[in-house]
Amino acid sequence: MKIPKKTLLDLYATMFRIRCFEERIVDLYARGQVPGLAHLYIGEEAVAAGVCAQLREDDYITSTHRGHGHVIAKGAELKLMMAELFGKKAGYCKGKGGSMHIADMEIGILGANGIAGGGLPIAVGAALSAQWRGTDQVTACFFGDASSNNGTFHESLNLASLRKAPVVFVCENNLYGISVGQFKHQPIKDIAIRATSYDMPGVVVDGNDVFKVYEAASKAVRRARAKEGPTLIECKTYRWRGHHEGDPNQGRRYRTQEEIDQWKAKDPIERLANKLMEDKVAGAAKLAAIQKEILQEIDDAVAFANSSDFPAIEELYEDVYVEGSAQ
Amino acid sequence: MRELTYAQAINEALRQCMRRDERVVLLGEDVGVYGGVFQVSAGLQDEFGPDRVMDTPISEAGFVGGCVGAALTGMRPVVEIMFIDFTTVCMDMIINQMAKMHYMFGGRGKVPMVLRTNIGAGRGAAAQHSQSFHSLFMHIPGLYVAAPSTPYDAKGLMIEAIRNDNPVIFVEHKKLYVEKGPVPEEEYAIPFGKADIKRRGADITVVATLAMVTRSLRAAEEAEKEGVGLEIVDPRTLTPLDKETILESVKKTGRLLVADEGHKTAGVAAEIAAIAAEEAIEYLKAPVMRVCSPDTPVPFSPPLEQAYIPDVKDIMPAVKRLMEYA
Repeated sequence: MKIPKKTLLDLYATMFRIRCFEERIVDLYARGQVPGLAHLYIGEEAVAAGVCAQLREDDYITSTHRGHGHVIAKGAELKLMMAELFGKKAGYCKGKGGSMHIADMEIGILGANGIAGGGLPIAVGAALSAQWRGTDQVTACFFGDASSNNGTFHESLNLASLRKAPVVFVCENNLYGISVGQFKHQPIKDIAIRATSYDMPGVVVDGNDVFKVYEAASKAVRRARAKEGPTLIECKTYRWRGHHEGDPNQGRRYRTQEEIDQWKAKDPIERLANKLMEDKVAGAAKLAAIQKEILQEIDDAVAFANSSDFPAIEELYEDVYVEGSAQ
Repeated sequence: MRELTYAQAINEALRQCMRRDERVVLLGEDVGVYGGVFQVSAGLQDEFGPDRVMDTPISEAGFVGGCVGAALTGMRPVVEIMFIDFTTVCMDMIINQMAKMHYMFGGRGKVPMVLRTNIGAGRGAAAQHSQSFHSLFMHIPGLYVAAPSTPYDAKGLMIEAIRNDNPVIFVEHKKLYVEKGPVPEEEYAIPFGKADIKRRGADITVVATLAMVTRSLRAAEEAEKEGVGLEIVDPRTLTPLDKETILESVKKTGRLLVADEGHKTAGVAAEIAAIAAEEAIEYLKAPVMRVCSPDTPVPFSPPLEQAYIPDVKDIMPAVKRLMEYA
């Protein structure tokens, strides 16, 4: 598949932006500046970047508890994300949601979701909504290997296929449901085979190869937009960090250093950078310039978050209901 | 005025809203060809087609979650859960998703959907098709809970529920579906949070919900023969709750009885009793009484089920006890 140069550089920038954002969270979390929970996406960047590069701004995504990568790839503003993670009023959710609930309806982010498997029915509903409204919008639905055991996975694939709903189901198989390895939580190796039960295409791709993800997403999005129905894409990948920041020893209670190192050797960003240089799409200097710009964005986001205020106590009671009656 | 049954009144509200607003769609098990097990959506698929009146798989988490996604993206879905008992299999979608999104996202996004369901024992359907745990939804911030007791209220509250920008749990009562009453032909909305005094009386305030309103009205006839005046206050929506009207009546009568078909423990009646204790205790001449379902599952055998259902037989002894206090 021939990918335009601009798209290649955008893919690199998106993946690098996600990585840097997450690495900064590692640091801020360790220093106690980010309260609560943070589930980091480091190592899985090619999935979000490759899929979202196939989406339009008015397309939708649903995301997960490990959602920073998805929303960054869909175009979320780093400043608003960072302020949200700090619990500040200027954040995406006015400090009410935190890491697991970033949403931006303007650019089709229907919310990260703290419930494993919670986003799948919502994604199908957004796709049905596009059908009812007569648009050609597509919904990409991100979820993990463990969620594919949840009833909502099966109910959603069934309903979507039945209605030929324009959904792309993107399973990020990072081999662990928190601490439980895939081989302990399901009797199958390839989750994509579950697509067969719902009469839709199911494909397995190397989730650390952004080209493979991009290509699979291209087919699936085209199929959805052409009103031919949903697709299940399983991306084999791995999270480098623990389940959440604070997971002891980055999850070495349930996985080996050797395994972590093997996956780090398949770093999706390094692979893309090498390919870009090999194919002479960009030289080291060009990539360094992109990196520098992104690091500045992250610094600016942290400064913005630091300088923002916490919400006033009265705001605890705001936005429980939409005020005033509708229409 | 023309009379309709409670089921027909809701049907008319749905039909009028669907005619006026293309964003309104209907989903649920057997709501299409079959017209819903209680015939609330009868004829609607004929008029609006199988896409707008969609028969879903038996897959509640899937299609209730689907409505959440549709509501977030510009639709106004109305979804039927055949019996309140079945909401348990989609509780994540109701409690963690639809109720919380507006708040959790800091006001970004809204979920204007209506989840219709029904409560009530009395049809010999036993413990998984007869429950009345509507109080559970009252416990969850972010949800509105409507609970009509008459055909008139059912139509007006349904129109308001569909127009409202918030998620609404619309609690119907299966023994009321065939009850008739006057219903205007035109569209009208009954605002949420406005109780209706169904009968005036000087001695005891009876806050009653759903079928307990009808039952309390029957009890009021009996009480009147004994010279006791019951004032029947129907909150019509449990969230928001019209505390003002309830408390005003309590302050006038000095006696409060709460009649609700939910279980007694931690239920609607417990909540309303607590409000009276917090905000009007100095006006009370007697302890607050609750007439509710017992704290048991709904039994099957007819004599057991009849004993289970709170009715005039349970209201009258409570009335007598309340009148022992001068």
